[in-house]
Amino acid sequence: MDRQNNILEYLDNIVNICPDKIAYANETDELSFKTVYDNSRAIGTFLHNEGRYKEPVVVFMRKHPDTIVTFLGVVYGGCYYVPIDNEMPRHRIELIFQNLNPKAVICDDSTIDSIKDFDYKGAVYHYNEIVKTTVNQAALDEIRDKALDTDPIYIVFTSGSTGKPKGVVACHRSVIDYIETLSEVLEISEDTVFGNQTPLYVDACLKEIYPTLKFGAKTYIIPKELFMFPIKLVEFLNKYKINTVCWVVPALTLISGLGALEKVVPQHLHTIAFGSEVFPIKQFNMWRKALPNARFINLYGPTEATGMSCYYIVDREFALDEAIPIGKPFKNTEILLLTDENKLAPKGEQGEICIRGTSLTLGYYNDFDRTNEVFVQNPLNTMYPELIYRTGDIGKLNERGELVFVSRKDYQIKHMGHRIELGEIEMVMNQMDGIQSVVCIFDNDKKKIIMYYVGDVTKADAVNYCRDKLPRYMVPNLVEKLDIMPLTSNGKINRLALKEKYANR
Amino acid sequence: MKALLEILEELHPEIDFETHKSLIDDKILDSFDIITIIAEVNDEYDVAIPAHEITPENFNSASALYELIERLMDED
Repeated sequence: MDRQNNILEYLDNIVNICPDKIAYANETDELSFKTVYDNSRAIGTFLHNEGRYKEPVVVFMRKHPDTIVTFLGVVYGGCYYVPIDNEMPRHRIELIFQNLNPKAVICDDSTIDSIKDFDYKGAVYHYNEIVKTTVNQAALDEIRDKALDTDPIYIVFTSGSTGKPKGVVACHRSVIDYIETLSEVLEISEDTVFGNQTPLYVDACLKEIYPTLKFGAKTYIIPKELFMFPIKLVEFLNKYKINTVCWVVPALTLISGLGALEKVVPQHLHTIAFGSEVFPIKQFNMWRKALPNARFINLYGPTEATGMSCYYIVDREFALDEAIPIGKPFKNTEILLLTDENKLAPKGEQGEICIRGTSLTLGYYNDFDRTNEVFVQNPLNTMYPELIYRTGDIGKLNERGELVFVSRKDYQIKHMGHRIELGEIEMVMNQMDGIQSVVCIFDNDKKKIIMYYVGDVTKADAVNYCRDKLPRYMVPNLVEKLDIMPLTSNGKINRLALKEKYANR
Repeated sequence: MKALLEILEELHPEIDFETHKSLIDDKILDSFDIITIIAEVNDEYDVAIPAHEITPENFNSASALYELIERLMDED
């Protein structure tokens, strides 16, 4: 068997097997594998004609099948895609542009006007135009011939504690490694019909995009608005016979928590993968009761290791106070639990979850300092260079030998399926005129971000500023103005006192 | 109605809920808000909003939501 070195080989192969089958669709539009193949190669040719090569190309489009085509087109052109979205606040997009200094942005009708508002001088391409380019097969072949499996495919941005988002760069090799093992665990086949929930600007959507190409499966992009209305959401799953979902936990608990499963059951669903947060067992049991024959799979992993690194296929009942394990690493990945002294944690004891293997991404774009903090030499190997990624998550092995997530080392939290540094919210708010001091805490039970501030600013103005500068999922759910910030004896902000204040309110 | 407005204003102090009539259509409320509202309405009015009543129409304005709450209270 030929060794695969490029993610595009999935598409090159499948287009010969089922060209007319639908690959990606939403409620109104559907694209066959042939269309995906033709359109993405047109975009690749266009970028080549423009002289774009081995550089970031920003894809600023709505959540739509065409956006996936554009991603693939950028890779055909020998460049790497950087998805951004209208949902992102202006300030965040500006920071991303500063980090990337991109020379090309691809827009669609929904973004072609808003791109003009940014301080960006490079080329702007419209999807509808560039997709008409005549394919130059010789040029694409040459690009492919020169490509290495260590070349980047994409950059996705995650939250950073200094207020500056970090751009994680992933290459062909790590994505192929991930897609192969993930597909095996999820038992993906040509009969798989995915219902995509996660935004296209995060690594989570790899789970649908590439297995669809590998197997000739099908992906429906579910409209974001449906994640407010549980019955309509389940009806959508049924209408399109969706049988596999890889969703963040809050999307699943929306359905169960609001009682929708008692009215309507997702009747085709047989594979439910979830991640990003701990699944409350009460909610989880409602799902298992509604779908007793489905496979439930807990996934865990950081963007920095391409996608997911560990999995656990649920095989037993859990008590209400238990947590579902994150199980074991995917094939070709190793998890090391390291103590503060950089030694392996003794069996059953806690350690930082560190990841070793091909699935490691290349690091943060244009940011060697922050890359070197977390992509470090394996301390257990003193003989030759070997990187591990330090997740900052604390884990341990339970008595069954399964890996269990314990907590975070720092102020990072998981909220609405997104990874957030509370420090980033504080950094952004501290820049607002009139604000003296800001502290955010997280209510882990109710999943609320609470912001306390001191300053000559009304609550409404503070919230408006947040909405302007931060992604929706980072906007605090409760804002309280204080006269003075409580301090500890050595002059630091007393977060514990604020947590108590919140608990007793 | 006053308690409902307080619940809504705590989520979105920047919105005038007495006049705004398209909270869903204008994408003011998102899924997190909906879940929070349902939980707090349950605490405040002691009514559980059933899944089939969680529709765009019932959440588009404070008055529509209040009508729903009154209807559910009458059914008890």
